[in-house]
Amino acid sequence: MSAYTLKVRRYQPEAEEDDKRGAYWETFDVELDPTLSVLDGLLQAKNDKDGTLAVRCSCRAAICGSCGVKINGQSTLACKTQLGEAAEEAARMARNGGGEAEIVVEPMGNMPVIKDLVTDMESTHWTKFRRVTPWLLPSGPPPEREYIVPAESMVDVTQSVACIQCGACVSSCLSMEADPDFIGPAALAKAYRFVGDPRDGQTTERLYDLANDPHGMYDCTHCFSCIDACPKGVAPMNQIMRLRRLAGDDHGIRDVNNGHNHEMAFVKNIKKKGTLDESLLLQESYAPGVKGKLMPRVSAIKGLLGSIPTAIRGIKTGKMRSVPKLIPGVHHKLPGDAQGHVEEIYERAEESKIQLNLYIIGEGGEEDHAAEEVEPESVSEEPTTA
Amino acid sequence: MKLAYWPGCVSRGFTPELHGSMALSAEALGIELVTLDRANCCGAGVIAEHNQELADTLNARTFALAQETGLSMMNICSTCQGAQSECQERLDADSAYRSHINDTLSGEGLAYTKDKDGFTNKNFLWLLVEDYGLDKLAEKVKRPLEGLRVGPFYGCYVLRPKTRLGYDEFPDRDLYLEQVIEVLGGQVVDYDGARRCCGFPVITMNKETSLRQAGTHVGDAIDAGADCLVTPCPLCHLNLDMQQPEAAKVVGRDLGLAVLHLPQLVGLALGFDPKQLGMPKHIASTIAVEDRVSALA
Repeated sequence: MSAYTLKVRRYQPEAEEDDKRGAYWETFDVELDPTLSVLDGLLQAKNDKDGTLAVRCSCRAAICGSCGVKINGQSTLACKTQLGEAAEEAARMARNGGGEAEIVVEPMGNMPVIKDLVTDMESTHWTKFRRVTPWLLPSGPPPEREYIVPAESMVDVTQSVACIQCGACVSSCLSMEADPDFIGPAALAKAYRFVGDPRDGQTTERLYDLANDPHGMYDCTHCFSCIDACPKGVAPMNQIMRLRRLAGDDHGIRDVNNGHNHEMAFVKNIKKKGTLDESLLLQESYAPGVKGKLMPRVSAIKGLLGSIPTAIRGIKTGKMRSVPKLIPGVHHKLPGDAQGHVEEIYERAEESKIQLNLYIIGEGGEEDHAAEEVEPESVSEEPTTA
Repeated sequence: MKLAYWPGCVSRGFTPELHGSMALSAEALGIELVTLDRANCCGAGVIAEHNQELADTLNARTFALAQETGLSMMNICSTCQGAQSECQERLDADSAYRSHINDTLSGEGLAYTKDKDGFTNKNFLWLLVEDYGLDKLAEKVKRPLEGLRVGPFYGCYVLRPKTRLGYDEFPDRDLYLEQVIEVLGGQVVDYDGARRCCGFPVITMNKETSLRQAGTHVGDAIDAGADCLVTPCPLCHLNLDMQQPEAAKVVGRDLGLAVLHLPQLVGLALGFDPKQLGMPKHIASTIAVEDRVSALA
């Protein structure tokens, strides 16, 4: 048995005492084995100290997804975090030379708080979740018995299927902090679960919908927070990147955020120059083929014009004074034959496009797993044994 | 100490003061840098979004060029670190995949080898703490930055995901900026934004979301009493410094906080002049920091 102090962010909407109006902090001392969970600690506090302490929980085994909270600032499940670990992490972050530190427990972020650690999942998480039509929409009449698909065709969606809807990723999402309308990691990971399902008949429509919502797949800022928050290894950000690849590259969808244009401008930029020509990137992200072919979107022209004040400031301070930094395309290539070798890499890799799935073969895993070439799968006519 | 050095693209593009200040600081620290001038862009996660194999091969090429020198590799960009670590994770996971990639590189006579102890590619921040050592850094300090209140800003790509970025072996990587600031004699400012996202990756896609992030963090640091921020990531610098006037409009408040590159902060403590370190090139004025530092000298 060890002693721990839980510092809990509380909110009691019905409280009448002056010191309990609005949100406030309260500490609870508990005594439990270090291998027991923070949830066990909270339940002991509720049982022994204050029965009004509200926390949502059910299975206590990281399966039901009810007890999402922030522990020491990290969104996670209270039942999946041991008290001993949480106390060590609190002491480490406090930088007090390994002394005692309070375990900080807060309600999840990006959602309204109903009471103490109980958040309103409906107004954010579930609303966003329903936004992506989270059920199968097969085309054609249903088969006489079950749908039969080859096991390999489900490999890529396995990771997103593992989601338990706890909302930890939504709580941690740094884009959603800045843009509450962002569809967010949980819903987009679920969208990929159906986009990648060979039985679904609305793949293009789903992708078009999410690419043309300005708060959709291109509103993710690559911060990796959802990957570290997810207790089930879903890596929602990776699923969002898969959605982008499918929408822009495989289905040729031009999104409303210029995301695919930006991606392609970047890819071509490195093929041509080896290192990034920022001025060219800016121009081609907003307005590909401005020298001729395609009519840029109005939003693209606005974006390009909107970056002019920043460029003028850069010229004034000397940040962008040199010609290669200012004029798109003047940026030098890699020396000698290096640029040619970079182009060779493009030719080969754009041909084979291998996607190694580390969720399946194991991160930093052992050797000799065959690299799989992932191609768009279709529903097999033939029954296969899995 | 001698290292294969990958400066990245932005340090030679829109943040030329980073490349310059790194060269000065390295020399004063006694670190010899062998620049990988044939190496290519890391792809910043964007090329991987388009085609994983392409990103992996491009970075395998950079690693192979570093391995040819027989030295460990150092980068000065959180984004390079994250994007390259992601590719290295895939390259190290599967020998068949690695052979396929090396076959592509063979035309140039290059090959990426998975070392027994792992190929080492570290951001300057990690290298400074783990290999150079804070004690040795402390010995080199000529002008302790006494009274300078510095807010750390890491950049997502050196923080997450922890499993990929070596936190099992080095659990305090998310505290190194604080440690370095203290060794240089500065005062750490705690504020909400230190480990959040600068918003840069969506600057061309959703400018408001992007600048709201940058503006919020800069504002929080000002409210917490910071004289400046310090970052090991030039892409964060673009959003926090170059875009700061635009970010101020989005968050609807005055900002105006200097944002230093890590080698600039180190350079100040090593005794270099702010002009030598390229600080006048910044968009957000560094004059307050310069005044404070010159009062120390």
